[in-house]
Amino acid sequence: MALSMRGSLFRKNLVTALLLAPAALWLVVFLVLPFVAIAIFSVGERAPEGGYQAALTFAQYANLPARATAFWNTMVLAPAGALACLLVAYPVAYYLALRAPQRWRLILLAMIVIPFWTSLLMRTYAWMYILGGRGIPALLAYVGIEDLRLINTPGAVLLGIVYGYLPLMILPIYVSLERLDRRLLEASADLGATPLSTFLGVTLRLSLPGVTTGFSLVMILLLGEYLIPTLLGGGKVFFIGNALVDLFLQSRNWPFGSAIAITLVLVSVVVLIVANRISTRLSGARRVDLI
Amino acid sequence: MRAFVVAVFAFLYLPIALVVLFSFNAGHHASEFTGFSVQWYGKALSNPFLVEALKNSLFIATTSALLAAFCGTAAALGLQRVGARTRALFDALLGAAIVVPGVVIGISTLVALVQLFAVVNPFLASLWPTDQPPRLSLGYGSIIAAHGLFSMALVTMIVGTRLSSLDRNLVEASSDLYATPLTTFRSIVLPQIMPAVIAGFLLAFTFSFDDFIIAFFVAGAQTTLPIYVFASIRRGVTPEINAIATIVLAASVLLVLLAQWQLGRRKPSP
Repeated sequence: MALSMRGSLFRKNLVTALLLAPAALWLVVFLVLPFVAIAIFSVGERAPEGGYQAALTFAQYANLPARATAFWNTMVLAPAGALACLLVAYPVAYYLALRAPQRWRLILLAMIVIPFWTSLLMRTYAWMYILGGRGIPALLAYVGIEDLRLINTPGAVLLGIVYGYLPLMILPIYVSLERLDRRLLEASADLGATPLSTFLGVTLRLSLPGVTTGFSLVMILLLGEYLIPTLLGGGKVFFIGNALVDLFLQSRNWPFGSAIAITLVLVSVVVLIVANRISTRLSGARRVDLI
Repeated sequence: MRAFVVAVFAFLYLPIALVVLFSFNAGHHASEFTGFSVQWYGKALSNPFLVEALKNSLFIATTSALLAAFCGTAAALGLQRVGARTRALFDALLGAAIVVPGVVIGISTLVALVQLFAVVNPFLASLWPTDQPPRLSLGYGSIIAAHGLFSMALVTMIVGTRLSSLDRNLVEASSDLYATPLTTFRSIVLPQIMPAVIAGFLLAFTFSFDDFIIAFFVAGAQTTLPIYVFASIRRGVTPEINAIATIVLAASVLLVLLAQWQLGRRKPSP
């Protein structure tokens, strides 16, 4: 009896291990090891012909100010972009969760999710087409406004950011607003609160976890953004992502590129930890369904 | 507020609509629509480089999504059977796979694989009996693996969500009635999680088919459709690109709608 129980326990553990093994292997080989690899590279030196030479030096990190413009652009435009996204996203999420007619809600929600899953390259290209010389500037030339340059400006990059990441900001805010207990709103009104103070004291407060999740997700993805600054910013507004592409694919300075990548990851981790702190302090659910 | 929401939806969809509209433009210029024509689709589809890139993308997306669907589903099932600590470790790694920016995933995979090949290739050569040993290099395999990382994490998340809302009573009833674990899995669990698995597969396919930045780093000598499109955009905007963009957008929309429909099935109505 005891023996067969131990046998079945063993079999149960074996099945569990087999189920988890492929995923574990994948995570170790293609997530953990690569991360260790760039961590090692980042304290190495550049070989004379490009590539990597083993060393233990913090010279690469000390050299980070050489790419200060890329860091500066990213650190300004990523939070600004996330904030702009938030300002546009909140009213939309609010309407979808609390005001939209029931039968329209799912359709509208699907219409938010669809752009999120369609190619960012193609959607950014659409704006390149619109803002480019033959788009809006050509139309404006008809009415006499000449020589207006829209593309390759920080404004174009910001527009592209809002366009690209709006759905990702709307979804978590929608989720937190949708779970909101409507009776709290009635209670607040019954107790004589004005609609504005109900909104500030109840609705906004309870949706803050969703706001934090959306803001941090968008912010982290923006830190690594490459397509939007490249296509809408031309060579003029470049991000850390552009510096990384340059260092890895063109000038082949892998150790320096690795140091930048590690710094990028560390900044992302800090953003996540801060967001997590705020979220737990505000409590409430943090799970986001991306579909 | 309603006006604002309508404006936002217009903002989301007008640019896409414009690209689709001008893909049917007879003329060359974006500023005027001179008549209806499908000539740009013909031009695009008779371009051998583009067709090659499209085939590569379809192959890579299908393979990585299939792998991700299998491994991700297995992982979601396995995670139901482990302790809180193992679960937390997996959740952290899977979360990292989803959240780490594509540019970092691309770079780190590139660095790791190049180092790995530098070790493995001479080793293979020393073992190989003939003069032409197989050489591992960047290409299909590395793109599939790097895309599969994100996709697998995504499938695990979607299937895991469905598993946690599964009716436990059915599973218990099944084993009370002396069904073997395998029978219970086949007749109770699998039918209930199948829509989530299919949705995960479709989203994984869409992700891989659309991804530019990861493939850009690990593609080696291969070209995928987004890489080809990116290169031609940088050479200049042509109506041909509008036609390709329309095809890709239509395919993505279709796949996402299918995925949503699958996820909506069998979900208890709220």
